[in-house]
Amino acid sequence: MKKDTIILGIETSCDETAASIVKNGTEIVSNVVASQIESHKRFGGVVPEIASRHHVEQITIVLEEALQEADMGWDQIDAITVTEGPGLVGALLVGVNAAKALAFAKQKPLVGVHHIAGHIYANRLEKEFTFPLLALIVSGGHTELVLMKEHGSYELIGETRDDAAGEAYDKVARMLDLPYPGGPHIDRLAAIGEETIAFPRAWLEDGSYDFSFSGLKSAVINKIHNAKQRGETLKPEDIAASFQASVVDVLTTKTLRAAKEFNVKQVIVAGGVAANKGLRAGLQAKFSETDIPLLIPPLKLCTDNAAMIAAAGTIAYEQGRRSGLDLNANPSLLLK
Amino acid sequence: MNLLAIDTSNQVLGVAILKDEQIIGEVVTNIAKNHSVRLMPAINQLMNEVGLTPDELNKIVVAKGPGSYTGVRIGMSTAKSLAWALDIPIVGVSSLEVLAYQGRFFDGVICPFFDARRGMVFTGVYESLVDNLTPIYKEKNISMEEVLAKLVDEKRRVLFLSPDIAVYKETIINALGDLAVIPEGPFHIARPGFLGLAGLNRAADPTHTLTPNYLRLAEAEANWLKAQKDNEQNG
Ligand SMILES: [Zn+2]
Repeated sequence: MKKDTIILGIETSCDETAASIVKNGTEIVSNVVASQIESHKRFGGVVPEIASRHHVEQITIVLEEALQEADMGWDQIDAITVTEGPGLVGALLVGVNAAKALAFAKQKPLVGVHHIAGHIYANRLEKEFTFPLLALIVSGGHTELVLMKEHGSYELIGETRDDAAGEAYDKVARMLDLPYPGGPHIDRLAAIGEETIAFPRAWLEDGSYDFSFSGLKSAVINKIHNAKQRGETLKPEDIAASFQASVVDVLTTKTLRAAKEFNVKQVIVAGGVAANKGLRAGLQAKFSETDIPLLIPPLKLCTDNAAMIAAAGTIAYEQGRRSGLDLNANPSLLLK
Repeated sequence: MNLLAIDTSNQVLGVAILKDEQIIGEVVTNIAKNHSVRLMPAINQLMNEVGLTPDELNKIVVAKGPGSYTGVRIGMSTAKSLAWALDIPIVGVSSLEVLAYQGRFFDGVICPFFDARRGMVFTGVYESLVDNLTPIYKEKNISMEEVLAKLVDEKRRVLFLSPDIAVYKETIINALGDLAVIPEGPFHIARPGFLGLAGLNRAADPTHTLTPNYLRLAEAEANWLKAQKDNEQNG
């Protein structure tokens, strides 16, 4: 019988301090997340220096909880995996240096993991992958389409040329005076509003799988501004619904087209915006007309966590990838 | 008793290993290169050279700042994680106190400082007594002008120690004249061996809640607090 692979994951790329233990890349043994969202709310967004300070305060507490919850000792752990990028550099540094210290103290292999690979592998904690698969990653920092032909291989086929989808949500939310984080509020308003405004869709060149949301964002801002000048009132729920319709239309259409072109056997959705009900419904509607299975992880695996890092790290570890004690945080790490 | 001392709070990267009161190994660099990349390899190499394995360590001492926010966090994250994983005590020592050790036998007061930009410094003032360094001014983020005004009133000789001494040398001499003592280069660089010594007999800090000594709020937080205060006064 093959021995189980037990991996410790650490994630500190943004505003969640997280540690987790995952078995064989598919089974969560423990998953601890200390969220800083309450602290950042007063600033209307994540403040990097504050995030880094919280990470130092939380890191060993979160690690201890992850080990205790798992009821495991160090001798059972095969490797330490950690998000090395992309993300906020000061925040990443806390996790990376903690991981290196643990790897040294316990003489364990160390593996640096790409944050987006983590988001993709969050899905493997729910259902085994079938290749080739297509992953749509949507979050505050990312909007990407990644094609995977096998484990640990990532081919970027489309990405945003300006704002990430989640960034556009946050900016529009601010225009509508919605509290931070704005995404869920837009989603909530969109559900009760109607698409009364025809906002543009950025399809870009024929055949491109890239995205662009800055034009849409400007269109929303102009619309609100012009209405104000003319003394008209627009219903915020209608603005939200019209904005969300444009985002969802582009994301779902391009994802479906790529899924067909590359003949994938699975489509998986990852990242914080995967929690968006409008996007989920849009994708489900589009893919229900095909026989391609669509996987969207449960909410707590969509947002940043360390189980996803341990899951992606398990594959990297099994494929023999190792990081040295000179591992650094890389805020603009490329997915390879 | 094997003690590992770590200082990445400023440009100096320092690692020392003490066996009881003896320094058995020390690494010091004073170059503008990435602490995050170099710290663990430096620890690893020094441990190999002195022939110790991680589980033979009995105590971790870390320079907790003030200094570069990022630098302090690199050392602190590493030190806390080591102490927690090895289940050994950790002690945080002020980076200013470590620097003050270079004037341990100075007959007068000792003013270690780090430049905090725009005329501000992180500083505290120490006096060397028979058996220890005693702080006489609390560590603060304060204008150099204000520090010098207080030191002029002391009417005593003052030893200035700082890697940023060049920035304030003239200002210091103008204010204190002959009472200012400014030594040569190597005295301005904190030594990790002294960090280890400072932490050797000190009681352990709680590992989980030990945090850097930034001496300054994050800018966003300071602005937020100010806005809250303004609101209170207006409302
Ligand atoms: Zn993320």
